[in-house]
Amino acid sequence: MADRIGDGRGQVRRRAGARLWLSAVWLGLLVLGALLAPWIAPKDPLAQDLFLGRLPPFWLAGAEPGYWLGTDSLGRDVASRILHGARVALTVALVAGSVTCVIGATLGLLAGVLRGWVDLVISRLIDIWMAFPPILFSILLIAVLGPGLWSIIIAIVVIDWTRFARVIRAEAMAQGAMDYVASAEVAGRGLASTMWAEILPNVLPTIVVLLTLEMGIAVIVEAILSFVNLSISTDDPTWGGMIAEGRTSIHQAWWVLVFPLFTLFLTVLAFSQLGEGLKDHYDPVLR
Amino acid sequence: MPFLRVLLVRVLTTAVTLAGVAVIVFVVIRVVPGNPIAMMLPPGATAADIARLTAMYGLDKSIPEQFAIWLAGVFRGDFGVSISARQPVLDLVLGRLPATLELSVLALVMAVGLGGFAALTGTRARGTRTEAAIDVANGMALSVPDFLWGLALILVFGVLWPVFHISGRVTPSLDLPFVSEFYLVESLLRLRLDLTADLLAHMFLPALALAIPLAAIIGQLLKQSLKETMHLDYVTLARTKGYSEAAVIRREALPNAILPTLTLVGVQFTFLIGGTVIIERLFSYEGLGNMAIDAVVNRDLPLIQGIVILFAAIFTAVNLTVDLCYAALNPRLRHG
Repeated sequence: MADRIGDGRGQVRRRAGARLWLSAVWLGLLVLGALLAPWIAPKDPLAQDLFLGRLPPFWLAGAEPGYWLGTDSLGRDVASRILHGARVALTVALVAGSVTCVIGATLGLLAGVLRGWVDLVISRLIDIWMAFPPILFSILLIAVLGPGLWSIIIAIVVIDWTRFARVIRAEAMAQGAMDYVASAEVAGRGLASTMWAEILPNVLPTIVVLLTLEMGIAVIVEAILSFVNLSISTDDPTWGGMIAEGRTSIHQAWWVLVFPLFTLFLTVLAFSQLGEGLKDHYDPVLR
Repeated sequence: MPFLRVLLVRVLTTAVTLAGVAVIVFVVIRVVPGNPIAMMLPPGATAADIARLTAMYGLDKSIPEQFAIWLAGVFRGDFGVSISARQPVLDLVLGRLPATLELSVLALVMAVGLGGFAALTGTRARGTRTEAAIDVANGMALSVPDFLWGLALILVFGVLWPVFHISGRVTPSLDLPFVSEFYLVESLLRLRLDLTADLLAHMFLPALALAIPLAAIIGQLLKQSLKETMHLDYVTLARTKGYSEAAVIRREALPNAILPTLTLVGVQFTFLIGGTVIIERLFSYEGLGNMAIDAVVNRDLPLIQGIVILFAAIFTAVNLTVDLCYAALNPRLRHG
């Protein structure tokens, strides 16, 4: 019996390890591709050539050399646009994810540790936020802020801070009820110092997991906003913008939709599997 | 009476939440750049024309004043007049609500069906490759949001193997005898099954896209609680009495494992309704969400406001119902 449990853990741990590595490798490649896009992209992502419109990918008849994944209706190279689109996607993931994390986790910690009216105000704000349909709220914010990379980042931060605040608040409360926090107080530590030195390190694994998941969400939100044509300017290649264009020409040129969609799919999956893998990794029962 | 107190507190916090939503939307949409009134008038309109129309929509007053007027109207059932459609917001919104409700409920039914099937199959096949495959499928379904499932479904069932419609709510050339906006319900009531089939062929893909992530959550949680229940003594007893494995799961384990899942379904249903906004856009489905995006694009302030408040009201109503059901079912709260 004990052996079977041991085996089960090993299996879960191995599976978690594989997930972590596969996700990390994909995201690593993506980061590399985004950083090197200006040098490794085969074509100029903005260059239009109406004579080269809707070229199929390389293995189909009618493909042109150099346009590996085909071209869209304006003759722009799909592969180069995906590489350049990765820059926008990863910038949003990184910046929006971290800012959301810092603001949300701070508010959650404050509510969980200080309790009282601080908790009351923050909890009520979370309730109000949870009553908004998130996609509609983000579209509304972009309409107010005007299109652009910074607007997307601000919209994500404004909407998603509750994801961190809710979870971290509950965790901080659970930690606050434990003996070590009481002993820290008896030992004469102030509340701020207890929060920073005792509670934060204990909720850090949760924060890391949430941050990874949030990055995946940020990539999706950016794609959705580009899809409804409210993202950054229409010239800059984004995965969502490519998908929107591909959706309209789906019967004539499926590759304009399929390749950016597949990239987005893998990226979102990688972020979320990385988060889940980290969750298992930090889980003391499995270690 | 603790239950009454819980009820009262929850109703009050719900009211506060809705008021908060109203204030935030009101402030946010009034800092929108671009004058919606100027967009309504033909080029060549004078400043006086613009001022007159602005005053007609009450947009010349201060934001607190506008809010007070709007709030007084809401209590009379008047949500203002849409700037782009020039019709009462309430009529427009109520005209679209049935389409979104039908889509959401269909998606919920599909999610419960799919998730329940996955959980029951996974429990019966405990420790086999089938269970492992179900876990992997669940994990995938959970990590990818409805927007991407929608696009993937469009590719597979709209292009590669075109068996379902990928845009609209109903084939436009059909002659519709309906008197209400609840097309699906009415087609069933009138026994016009040809129309039901056409509606379902349009609704299937968007509903499935909305259902997949929720089905994964239901499948995961229900399977977990089923597995826990399967170890309990009374289940073992039923098994030694000679009941088949399927009967044991269905008759003994399921009724006891289903409660935590039901609570979760309630909360997750609000996320599903929120997802209709982008899914309706993706499938050109003429519901509330699609109208909301148009309203934002057209800077139709009264309409945006009405739609957001309606969504918030639905969300809080669902959450309130779940909480109250939970409180009513939970003996600890019942007896204080």
